[in-house]
Amino acid sequence: MRIKTQGILFVAAVAVGLSGFAGFASAQMKYKAGDRRSGYTYATKETQAIQDDDLGNPAFLWLDEGEVLWNKVDGKAGKSCATCHGVESAMLSDVATRYPAYNPDLGKLQSLEQRINRERKEMMGAKPYKWESKQMLSLTIYMKNQSRGKPMNVSIDGPVVPFFAAGKAFYEKKRGQLDMSCANCHNDNAGNMIRANLLTEGQSNGFPTYRLKWQKPGSIHRRFRGCNKQVRAKPYAYGSDEYVNLELYVAWKGRGLSVETPAIRN
Amino acid sequence: MSEKFMTQKYRRRDVLAMAGTGVVAVAGIGLFPGSAQAKHFPRHIPVAQAIKEKIGDKPTKSGRITIELPQIAENGNTVPMGFEVDSPMTESDYVKAVHIFADQNPNPDVATYRFTPQSGKAKISTRMRLLKTQNVIAIAEMSDGSLYLTKTPVKVTIGGCGG
Amino acid sequence: MAKARVKVPKSVKKGEVFQVKTLISHKMETGLRKNKKTGKMIPRMIINKFVCNYGGKDVFVSDWQAGIAANPYMAFFVKAGDSGPMNFTWTDDDGDITKKTVNIKVSG
Repeated sequence: MRIKTQGILFVAAVAVGLSGFAGFASAQMKYKAGDRRSGYTYATKETQAIQDDDLGNPAFLWLDEGEVLWNKVDGKAGKSCATCHGVESAMLSDVATRYPAYNPDLGKLQSLEQRINRERKEMMGAKPYKWESKQMLSLTIYMKNQSRGKPMNVSIDGPVVPFFAAGKAFYEKKRGQLDMSCANCHNDNAGNMIRANLLTEGQSNGFPTYRLKWQKPGSIHRRFRGCNKQVRAKPYAYGSDEYVNLELYVAWKGRGLSVETPAIRN
Repeated sequence: MSEKFMTQKYRRRDVLAMAGTGVVAVAGIGLFPGSAQAKHFPRHIPVAQAIKEKIGDKPTKSGRITIELPQIAENGNTVPMGFEVDSPMTESDYVKAVHIFADQNPNPDVATYRFTPQSGKAKISTRMRLLKTQNVIAIAEMSDGSLYLTKTPVKVTIGGCGG
Repeated sequence: MAKARVKVPKSVKKGEVFQVKTLISHKMETGLRKNKKTGKMIPRMIINKFVCNYGGKDVFVSDWQAGIAANPYMAFFVKAGDSGPMNFTWTDDDGDITKKTVNIKVSG
């Protein structure tokens, strides 16, 4: 039988820090923008309550780990994310609102995961995180949570125009044995039932999201893959151009909705 | 432990109809395939037996327990549940334990919560798993030996496109 | 050892009944799932006991079965006695223990 005890000092500090807030003030969130609605508005009140409780929201177990990773020295350069970006980085305050973003050094659209791995390689001399790994999920949840409450606001102008067009085309194209497009469910049938599930608009403002079905958080690329499999279409790879472009389009579709990361959804 | 749960096989292929992927409903948690397959689960212990193991044959009264559960569970694998038992919670009159059962789960014994006068309130919140539409039964054991029972139905839908 | 989070009020008055919220990361493997590749049943592995000890006594104890959801959330109440540590213990089917301690600050 192994017994490991966490230091009293650390957990007391955590408890004091956590006890400072009574639960996330959802009053400041915009769950609707124009005619667009967050998946939060389709969830039951019990599910909403899980999301709104910063202690009880299970995705915060990953967020805590993300904070550790942000501050952890990793790689040959002997740096952590915090070394360059600071412990409480101003950059983080809107990172979730503007990704996927164009990286002019690369001439490419990048999702946050890709940007993280590029910085790890170039700046830290550290190994990349796998897309759906515990580390990547933890770090992206921690980072995107810093933007919570801010409105989604990706750029679709200038250099990202062709990527946006590709993402929009993907969203509208029918695929798979069931010959369905994203739009068929999430535009045409949001609010309707598909068998025993209630369809939402398929917004991305809560990602990475803790899905009750997964019993853990997952990235939006994981969700894209699941959706593609469900219409019997071959899923694309995590981090594929198709999915990064689609992610941009879906983020634009949710413009004005508050970042909710980490959200709780079915 | 649960050797008796180790013997049954079940066919995932048979579970899904329209969505047809063969992986959707069981890929995520794999716990609760469509209810059509419930007959293939390991031996279902009757809830009456599970209750008897906890409280014997003693009679129960109704009342004193307020239980909070959704009418329809968003997902049967995470169903928020809370209860409060009406009691002064003094040294001479307090709730000793509350037993929670789910009458259609493979193991209907979900949890037992044991209180003391230092609890202040016999009130908890947690999240439980419900295999399918069924009743959640709470039995409160008082310090004077009396027992109270409440039964609450919860609808659980299974089988969709996303989960 | 699993990761756990605990929340208690910053301070309480003596005799006040306050809420304690806890959350621990754990798959709560039921023993009813099958490994897709090997076809074998995945054995049960859950947290089966939770204890809150305060003022030298186990003030709240619970026994869990596989019907408790993954990443178990457990919120309950305690009456404030003296200032001092509140110790939490989660035990799993293998006997592995996760412990956490917070300080309860009692005034008056």
